[in-house]
Amino acid sequence: MPTDLQADSTAENPFGEASATALLRFATAGSVDDGKSTLVGRLLHDSKSVLADQLEAVEHASRSRGQEAPDLALLTDGLRAEREQGITIDVAYRYFATPRRRFILADTPGHVQYTRNMVTGASTAELAVVLVDARNGVVEQTRRHAAVAALLRVPHVVLAVNKMDLVEYAEPVFAAIAEEFTAYAASLGVRDVVAVPISALAGDNVVVPSAHMDWYGGPTLLEHLETVPVGTDPSEEPARFPVQYVIRPQSEEHRDYRGYAGQLASGVLRVGDPVTVLPSGHTSTVAGIDALGRPTDIAWAPQSVTVRLADDIDISRGDLIAAGQAPVPTKDIVATVAHLNERPLRAGDKVLLKHTTRTVRALVKEISYRIDITTLEQRSGAEGLDVNDLGHVVLRTAEPLALDDYSANRRTGSFLLIDPSDGTTLTAGMAGEAFDTVRITTDDTVSGDEEDWV
Amino acid sequence: MTTATHRLLDTHESPFALSHLDALEAESVHIFREVAGEFERPVILFSGGKDSIVMLHLALKAFWPAPVPFALLHVDTGHNFPEVIAYRDRVVAQYGLRLHVAHVQDFIDDGRLRERPDGTRNPLQTVPLLDAIESNKFDAVFGGGRRDEEKARAKERVFSLRDEFGAWDPRRQRPELWSLYNGRHAVGEHVRVFPLSNWTELDVWQYIERERIELPEIYYAHERDVFARDGMWLTAGEWGGPKESEPVQRRLIRYRTVGDMSCTGAVDSHAATIADVIAEIAASRLTERGATRADDKLSEAAMEDRKREGYF
Repeated sequence: MPTDLQADSTAENPFGEASATALLRFATAGSVDDGKSTLVGRLLHDSKSVLADQLEAVEHASRSRGQEAPDLALLTDGLRAEREQGITIDVAYRYFATPRRRFILADTPGHVQYTRNMVTGASTAELAVVLVDARNGVVEQTRRHAAVAALLRVPHVVLAVNKMDLVEYAEPVFAAIAEEFTAYAASLGVRDVVAVPISALAGDNVVVPSAHMDWYGGPTLLEHLETVPVGTDPSEEPARFPVQYVIRPQSEEHRDYRGYAGQLASGVLRVGDPVTVLPSGHTSTVAGIDALGRPTDIAWAPQSVTVRLADDIDISRGDLIAAGQAPVPTKDIVATVAHLNERPLRAGDKVLLKHTTRTVRALVKEISYRIDITTLEQRSGAEGLDVNDLGHVVLRTAEPLALDDYSANRRTGSFLLIDPSDGTTLTAGMAGEAFDTVRITTDDTVSGDEEDWV
Repeated sequence: MTTATHRLLDTHESPFALSHLDALEAESVHIFREVAGEFERPVILFSGGKDSIVMLHLALKAFWPAPVPFALLHVDTGHNFPEVIAYRDRVVAQYGLRLHVAHVQDFIDDGRLRERPDGTRNPLQTVPLLDAIESNKFDAVFGGGRRDEEKARAKERVFSLRDEFGAWDPRRQRPELWSLYNGRHAVGEHVRVFPLSNWTELDVWQYIERERIELPEIYYAHERDVFARDGMWLTAGEWGGPKESEPVQRRLIRYRTVGDMSCTGAVDSHAATIADVIAEIAASRLTERGATRADDKLSEAAMEDRKREGYF
């Protein structure tokens, strides 16, 4: 029969009132068979974000594969090749909502090209869910996931200890894994770690509190996602405004209008604020701010606005309007990078570097060392970086760039390296050193011993 | 144009918190401006449906007080709702936009396309679309696609490079990190840009309500002659429906999506206002496409397969 929306109006509303809520972007990471697709399916299903026709499709597909119960992993494996192979091959983005919050989930596959995918998902995430199998505990892959979350400066990390049903919901099993992981993450500089014992398959503590784990007093995974503080306080950061586009209507009504369009990367801008334009170093004051058609006195990250300045100075796309402590433009960049492409990155390579709204030519002067993502050892003498490698590089650019350290600003501290011949994205870069609380040496006496990191 | 009222929510956390609509709007505006800054000949795909209307609204805000620096492109299947064409022409005139129209009918008339036995022209749009992109040398093409629409779309990038055949290869996509979009492409290639990637159907409607955006009337409940086919109400028209076995009846309906008349289904509805529509969608147990799109039901990978060929 034709769809009748009216007939469904008594169904439970998955979105609560259609009111404005905050947005949380988060990423998931898990090894093969840790049950990540099932967890994501469970989160979507139990938060009532899966609609009847989607569930019907999953039930149909599960039956045709000979499975008795609907396989929730099929909700997320979107591509033909993924369904055929039963694996997830690329980052996918999922959307769901509760009355308290809207969620954007970067669903990152754990096994094939794990580093590249997780780096991609983590780059925009404010929270990362690291999944482990309760039977296996913290394994090499778990350490990688923790390290990538720390490297990308994801502010919040959740350890989801899955398959608790297979260890008799035993508290000591969970406690040991949580303790080991939390200590490791803390050593990497991750400030906020919350551990939740779950069974994605059975639904324990994902959305609904588990009846099998009375000993656990913390939130369910979803409760934590709904309540974790979102965003940073822009008033505590210096203002950074990369100029995207110059707006000059030259119409009758706006003859002298000259506005700099952009999105605040950090901080707060007010009319009257003194600013510095980089890399030129010219100074001026904010004469006006237009918030997409409406004048305003104040704007803050991550709003997209148009800024007018008191002085008529030469500003174009790629410039940075900065208030407060301004970065010193430089042509010499040291950075931690994640190499994303099959084509290796070598010292001497000429590349393009995209930083905020500016793209410049750059030379890879030196590949200082490769980072072993499992042990965090520096391997110096690396010939180059291969796909999924993390490393430390020195770059020289053709024009000065106004970079912040990535540890201080994820937006003005990040950049891409691009192959000038065909435009391929090669490498993701983070200005500055990798981890701020760990100082790693190449001294053989400490290498490879996991105890040093626990 | 109406302007946004910035609602400060989660005030217990920060006075600078943005609502999800403000955050999505800021991100989409950023995407429009990146394209304006980096491409030579961008164009906005405009069907007169709610997603392309929201896209245009965001573009108007992104470049205010200057005009939108892009033209519009409408791929016309010939199976149009007259209300939608009237709306399209009204908007074009109101904002002084340039409109390109690629007609599927032209391609059928000169033999480059053949009418399908089922009469559906939606899949036929790909050829005129790619032809318009090539002949106008468009290098960036904005589409209103959202990742929440379909699981293959969940894998789509915001900037999606298409080869000289317009093809999408999901296994060879550029990784997309932070808000650093890579739009580099060779001559003959183009980039599909999806500024609404992170929006859901409900976000779109909430935004339409907040911004008081006018839509074609067919989005609201109205009486219409329809007949049942494949579990949907289709509009009687000159495109090949109804058959003799499909009795026509007059019903109170509305459209949840707008597309080719031959494959876009209506839903029974009393929703006469935006608030009614939002309440209805929030309570619905069916996805937008599951409820109203016949062409997505063709196979488990229908969308992926069409996208590989250059469809949006």
